Amino acid sequence: MELDPILLSRIQFAFVVSFHAIFPVFTIGLASFIAFLEFRAWKTGETIYTQISKFWIKIFAVVFGMGVVSGLVMSFQFGTNWSAFSYATANFLGPVLSYEVLTAFFLEAAFLGVLLFGRDRVPQGVHLFAALMVALGTFISSFWILVANSWMQTPVGFELQDGVFHVTSWITAIFNPSFWPRFFHMGLASLLTAGFVVAGVSAWYLLRQRDVVMNRKALGTTMWVLLFAAPAQLVVGDIHGLNTFEHQPTKVAAMEGVWETERGAPLLLFAIPDSANETNHFEIGIPKMASFILTHEMDGEVPGLLEVPAEERPPVGITFWSFRIMVAIGMVMILFALAGAWLRFRRRMYASPLFLRGLSWMIPAPFIAVVAGWFVTETGRAPWLVYGVMNHAEGITPALTGGMALFTLIGYVAVYAAVFTGGVYYLVRIVRQGPEPADATHAAAHAKRPLSAADTWIDDAAASGERS
Amino acid sequence: METTIDITLIWVVIIAVGVIAYVLMDGFDLGVGILFPFAPGETSRDVMMNSVAPVWDGNETWLILGGAGLLAAFPLVYSVFLPALYIGVFLMLAGLIFRGVAFEFRFKAHRSKWLWNAAFAIGSAVAAFAQGAVVGAYIQGFEMDGFSFAGGPLDWLTPFTVLTGIGLLAGYALLGATWLIVKTEGETQAFAYRVAPWMLAAVLLVFGAVSLITPFIDPKVMERWMGTWQYLWVLPALALFSSWILIRAVRRRDEGIPFVATIALFITTYLGLLVSKWPYVVPPDYTFWDAASSPDAQLFILVGALFVIPIILGYTAWTYWVFRGKVTPETGYH
Repeated sequence: MELDPILLSRIQFAFVVSFHAIFPVFTIGLASFIAFLEFRAWKTGETIYTQISKFWIKIFAVVFGMGVVSGLVMSFQFGTNWSAFSYATANFLGPVLSYEVLTAFFLEAAFLGVLLFGRDRVPQGVHLFAALMVALGTFISSFWILVANSWMQTPVGFELQDGVFHVTSWITAIFNPSFWPRFFHMGLASLLTAGFVVAGVSAWYLLRQRDVVMNRKALGTTMWVLLFAAPAQLVVGDIHGLNTFEHQPTKVAAMEGVWETERGAPLLLFAIPDSANETNHFEIGIPKMASFILTHEMDGEVPGLLEVPAEERPPVGITFWSFRIMVAIGMVMILFALAGAWLRFRRRMYASPLFLRGLSWMIPAPFIAVVAGWFVTETGRAPWLVYGVMNHAEGITPALTGGMALFTLIGYVAVYAAVFTGGVYYLVRIVRQGPEPADATHAAAHAKRPLSAADTWIDDAAASGERS
Repeated sequence: METTIDITLIWVVIIAVGVIAYVLMDGFDLGVGILFPFAPGETSRDVMMNSVAPVWDGNETWLILGGAGLLAAFPLVYSVFLPALYIGVFLMLAGLIFRGVAFEFRFKAHRSKWLWNAAFAIGSAVAAFAQGAVVGAYIQGFEMDGFSFAGGPLDWLTPFTVLTGIGLLAGYALLGATWLIVKTEGETQAFAYRVAPWMLAAVLLVFGAVSLITPFIDPKVMERWMGTWQYLWVLPALALFSSWILIRAVRRRDEGIPFVATIALFITTYLGLLVSKWPYVVPPDYTFWDAASSPDAQLFILVGALFVIPIILGYTAWTYWVFRGKVTPETGYH
């Protein structure tokens, strides 16, 4: 069988970037939560905020560490598998991605150490400032990454000379048409991810009557954030969708499963898209709703996939179903946010086992939604790397063979499986061990590394009892 | 438009200094990993790991920064080296990831300690060997078609690059051993004193072989060293002088000099390599200026780099200062 280096490289990139993305999307939101807790602790002087913050800083440290490790691979992926693309776009993407790296390291060098290890060594105000700067820094990092991605989706501000992109206007290129909707959509996604993890873990503790006062506070605070963020995501997501409709109508056609350009297109709840026969099977839809959402008119025109030649169409099934998974999870999130508000109003939020159990089951949901969302936007723009200008075949490493791509794909899956299993296993141990009492202090000197902020053992002591 | 300052030259200096800074700093902690299986005992291994624990991840930031910096400033280097060394890059990254994870979890482990020991040692050795092979591949040059690499997947793995891979493996082990002489005492230090001369012998052997073979691989190198640039011979002379100082210091049981002498040996060798190949960065045909991105891109990222790099350097220096002094079995940084 002939191995296709392009397909294998796409699978490889999807795999490493999905695996990487789940860590930062969580730490960006969690950094804001920690900064908020530190602010409340500073403002009110109540130790309960410090206690919550201490626990979540341990989780933050481990997840941040895993994000750095998986990020190491990302900074080489572009060159190994997509060298022609890297070479052509380096004048813009090189500086933009370098700024992301510089921001991340600046943040780590200047403030992360203070946040993780400085609580007892610097004044509280300085510690709070470090927490705020870490939160701001994570957003600046995501700013640069989303600039790079948005420019590839809606490229502007450049001219081509001998196949190489040259920037004509940095401002135009950086603030390209799809940047702001994507930035806010991801920002809210980060808040929702951290929010549902904090809520789910707090609910898990409450179900077991552990550290009740602290976890009620954490859950109570988080549910306010979710009550704002979950519905806001619906609005921002809609704006992002309209932006895509304007700039990448083919992607929207794939998301909605529209083949023939039509007026009054239905909103499909279920369908099995069939690319070979250019049609859908088993359609169940709401008449005219897709047209209404996209054009705000019942009979608005939605351009179909058949507007472009077959080789310029994205894989419809993946785009179509990833979109539905993302939206469905978003709706469930809104339900939980509203249910929380209702239970709070009835003063039963901390006492409803059904609600608490549901929240703890929701912990994986935001991660699935985020990855599904990226599958929509990345699969939906196929076959383009730089939309409308450079496709996969033009961007692939010319010397890459299918065998090489397969070798490293299997390799990365194996490496990540080991790292991910170890990391998640360790996180679960931290959660099971639980927060420390409010008055605990550390005597041992710490190395200034993220992961050393957590002091849980990864395995149990040997029978001979070597624990020191 | 005529510019008075050559930004590309500034970037040549930044990247050149960055590479040697990375090699020296990650080199000694990779070297500690390479020596790990041969340590005199588990207590000694704790001490060895603790001697690099506070600084190793800071050392690796330079690698990530280097990857991004090359894409921004010298995209041709980025888009030729990575495909040409495809399998090697993967092995290096896998090695670095495993040893990074081992660093964190060994301190938190009881029964699974052996597993993290193995991951740390093997990961370090694989990463070091792959980096050495990169040097060899650079000396060999690349088969090009226009501005893309056109060679095969295993072009980077030849008897010559295996030689340079082993050379850097031994070089890193030497850096690691002399670092341990500075940072430890007792049985660990005695172990380091014992292995240092052997590692130096291996380095010099490879160094000699590579120096003899290189002029035959690349005629430009032959011409440069045998032609008008005769004062270049001061570099290998200095390298040999550093080796002699190193041996003498080990014999006298000096603690600081062996590490400094090893650094001098590395820098002189590195400069020797640079002047041999100058100004070619993607041999045999492309210079730094051919490989450069457009001037406005280089300028745009230079602003950020000049702001952030001094801060990272200051932080790095501060970390080394905080964790100065000997590491003993009682010191726990974890």
